[in-house]
Amino acid sequence: MKAHLTRRYRFSASHRLHSGNFSCEQNRAIYGKCNNPHGHGHNYILEVTVSGQVDGRTGMVCNLIELDDAVQSEILERFDRQNLNTLLPFAGKVPTTENLCVAIYEILQPIFHAAHLERVRLEETMMNSFEYRGKENATVSS
Amino acid sequence: MVYLTRKAEFSASHYYHNPDFTPEQNRQIFGKCNNPQGHGHNYMLEVTVKGDIDPDSGFVVDLKQLKEIMHREVLDAMDHRFLNKEVPEFTTRIPTTENLAIAIWQRLEPKLDNAKLHRVRVYETADLFVDFYGER
Repeated sequence: MKAHLTRRYRFSASHRLHSGNFSCEQNRAIYGKCNNPHGHGHNYILEVTVSGQVDGRTGMVCNLIELDDAVQSEILERFDRQNLNTLLPFAGKVPTTENLCVAIYEILQPIFHAAHLERVRLEETMMNSFEYRGKENATVSS
Repeated sequence: MVYLTRKAEFSASHYYHNPDFTPEQNRQIFGKCNNPQGHGHNYMLEVTVKGDIDPDSGFVVDLKQLKEIMHREVLDAMDHRFLNKEVPEFTTRIPTTENLAIAIWQRLEPKLDNAKLHRVRVYETADLFVDFYGER
């Protein structure tokens, strides 16, 4: 039997939305308050969904400890209490939550093999959430 | 096609143990969940059914009937129970959230005649849930 398991995590980070491809006026017009040069922060909620056959011996899709360890070491330690603009995934890229969602998927997908990475969902605030399921499958809700 | 979701909460205890594993393997794989005295959760169950809207009633499903089926098939059997000892499915299967979602699906699916079961979601905690869509 195939089941989907979703785990929620939290991290806090700051960012500034600003693109070198736009003029200062365009940046202010497009990003509004998010263009504040000093940045601002969010308490992000990350949902990671993995899927697979339920192992008859353990009753699990994958060992939760392995998933927690992977997310802790690869995602939370990288992004928690950081300024996203200063981090490698956002060199030359605006740290929107869309891009952050994709970055998290792209980091986890090649290193987590215990189950299929089905979806990364990221809540920037209670009002905004973003999902990425790999190439060709990006969706956004707000 | 319209999807309708009904929630229900139940509280139960469980522990994880596979008699085919050594005590060390059980402790290593299941960690704190291997405590044979069990531990408990407030489970949140979401049952999603799908179907076309009945033109006479305007319903996908009679919610009262769905609620009764959920109570009879799931809550009466599992609420305030020790899953390993009191729910027959878990005498042979480990009562993980995955297996709980599957067992709830198997209990509900044959009892629903008007609407089709789409998804069973079981929250073990606010930060951990399993979805089962009846996939083999």
